[in-house]
Amino acid sequence: MYAYDEIDRTLVNERVSEFRDQVKRRLSGELTEDEFKILRLQNGVYLQLHAYMFRVAIPYGTLATNQLRALAHVARKYDRGYGHFTTRQNIQFNWIKLAELPDALEDLAKVGIHAMQTSGNNMRNVTSDQWAGVAPGEIEDPRIWSELIRQHTTLHPEFSFLPRKFKIAITASDHDRAAIKIHDIGLKLIKNEKGETGFEVLVGGGLGRTPFIAKTIKHFVHGRDILSYIEAILRVYNQYGRRDNIYKARIKILVHELGIEKFSREVEEEWQHIRNSSLQIDDEVIEDIRSRFTYPAYEKLPHMPDELRQAAADPDFEAWRKNSVAPHKVQGYSIVTISLKPIGKPPGDATAEQMDALADLADVYSFGEIRVGHEQNLALPHVAKRDLPALWKALDKLGLATPNVNLITDIIACPGLDYCSLANARSIPIAQELTRRFANHELASLIGRLHINISGCINACGHHHVGHIGILGVEKNGEEVYQITIGGRADENAALGTLIGPGVKFDEVADVIEDVVEAYLALRERPEELFMDTVKRLGVEPFKERVYATR
Amino acid sequence: MPLVNGGKIVDDSFVKLAVDTPLPESGDILVPAERFIGEADALLKRADKVGVIWPNNRDIDELVPYLGKVAAVALVFPTFRDGRAYSQARLLRERHNYRGEVRATGQVLRDQFVFMLRAGFDSFEVKKQADAEAFMQTAKRYSVFYQPTGDGRITALHRRMQLRHSEGVGT
Repeated sequence: MYAYDEIDRTLVNERVSEFRDQVKRRLSGELTEDEFKILRLQNGVYLQLHAYMFRVAIPYGTLATNQLRALAHVARKYDRGYGHFTTRQNIQFNWIKLAELPDALEDLAKVGIHAMQTSGNNMRNVTSDQWAGVAPGEIEDPRIWSELIRQHTTLHPEFSFLPRKFKIAITASDHDRAAIKIHDIGLKLIKNEKGETGFEVLVGGGLGRTPFIAKTIKHFVHGRDILSYIEAILRVYNQYGRRDNIYKARIKILVHELGIEKFSREVEEEWQHIRNSSLQIDDEVIEDIRSRFTYPAYEKLPHMPDELRQAAADPDFEAWRKNSVAPHKVQGYSIVTISLKPIGKPPGDATAEQMDALADLADVYSFGEIRVGHEQNLALPHVAKRDLPALWKALDKLGLATPNVNLITDIIACPGLDYCSLANARSIPIAQELTRRFANHELASLIGRLHINISGCINACGHHHVGHIGILGVEKNGEEVYQITIGGRADENAALGTLIGPGVKFDEVADVIEDVVEAYLALRERPEELFMDTVKRLGVEPFKERVYATR
Repeated sequence: MPLVNGGKIVDDSFVKLAVDTPLPESGDILVPAERFIGEADALLKRADKVGVIWPNNRDIDELVPYLGKVAAVALVFPTFRDGRAYSQARLLRERHNYRGEVRATGQVLRDQFVFMLRAGFDSFEVKKQADAEAFMQTAKRYSVFYQPTGDGRITALHRRMQLRHSEGVGT
């Protein structure tokens, strides 16, 4: 856990007081809605279909239990008793009143939570691997660097009015859980031949109307230079990124139009001017940030405790353990993913009661720490294996033990037309119907790892391009029509999915997905061949044939 | 439109010229970039101050040879959501060591003051009277800063290092 110091606290409080003043000026009419819009967006406030929506940052997906309780408090006091975890380690509240927002922010500020730059054309919440610091085989804890970058990008005097939003993600593992290749800047922590820490820097990834997988701009940037290198990229983008067309304003378009070679030359030239400036960070600075992260005092525990051995006789426990529990870097401990994808419910939602109860469980079983992942699930990062059976029982009572992590019903979906003013089509009801179709756990397990991602419009908040199966809702002649892609992925082998055929109507989507899955089960060479691998081996055609033969 | 300079509302000594306005006999003038580049030699011979209005999509490098003689550079915010001029201001101050007036023009609201001050602006054509009057108060809104810029304000990282070292004494 990172603990704020007086400096961090002061800044967040000053920001709350500034925002309070901005809201006051809006309510008195001193600010027009057009002026206020930009200001509220810089603090995570959107105007949605029914009300203001408030997006709160959970930097690099790490939460302390008092912070989770504060989120529950906001859900209860200012909203309708629940929150929605997003694909970028944020949480959204959908029913906030403008006049109460400053109070909600102040309540959150008390526990070191803010909503700075969770929307708007600025540098957004820095995201990272939700297993950071506990995943086996990690180079080092990427949250140290994430925090450094979080601070550097917060209220940046030069880059708070960029051509468009700008997202940075960091991973320190070979297996990328942070989806860095679909970010404006993706950072992969690596060591050079001298054993020094640095980053492979990727640039220009992003989804939306024109999706791109990020390209490597520099194979190794030393840790001490990372802020100046990011600054150089941003400076080139701020000056030359397109501002004439909102759909062409992301850095991915600039990189695409200039070509990665020319773009990287521009960045390199800028970087040479600033790399030896006060942006250079020495080891002491890193140490200072590192010192404010606390780590649990792990016990020496057996790899296979009796409690776990005994619980293995219960098939329900085993079903949950097999897909929700992952190896921890310390023997005797596990990382537990908490599915926020119960059958028939909106993906990513948690009630205030669930948040409070989960905070209590984290205090007992996970050294007071909770993580938030981009798949819209939560995790307890330090659970002793002997506690797994007890934890499972407690989670089950809360409706938080759905054994579907990484299975077909572990769906990513945006809020869609039920909430969002940008959406063209509903997302949540599609997700709900699909979870009902595949509710049978044996069937879901038989299918194996399969990610379905759903977006209700071309802006792709549901990451449909990189779903193993992607579903994009569009509007055609006043009707919701859904385009289906397969073969996308968001990990270290990130790829964009391929369209399998003409769009289908709302009522037909679940049938088509069932057909795609049936086709996969018939086409796979052996049970271990995952959906992704079958698509990779055979391409889209055989799926297309089977799905559209009878349509 | 009130001008804030040195933290106070002041009279603007500069007269803004269009591309084709006849040159006044005397007095301080602000000249559009295009005209300035075209007539630089003649303009810079004037006894009074000459400044330039530099658009936010024109490379600042072009202005560098004249910086020693230019009294003011007015940078432009066509709307306050267009932030290109922040980069131009920092380049003028931090890379080219420009010490003349750097003026923010266009849609300038109080909510940008802190960013602008940090980027090196020292003069502001403020859109609303109330914002201009609130300048000093708004400029003091923040007391901590995460990024180093040419304005010399101490950054959070720096302050932490100082604290570390002072705490280190005697332990």
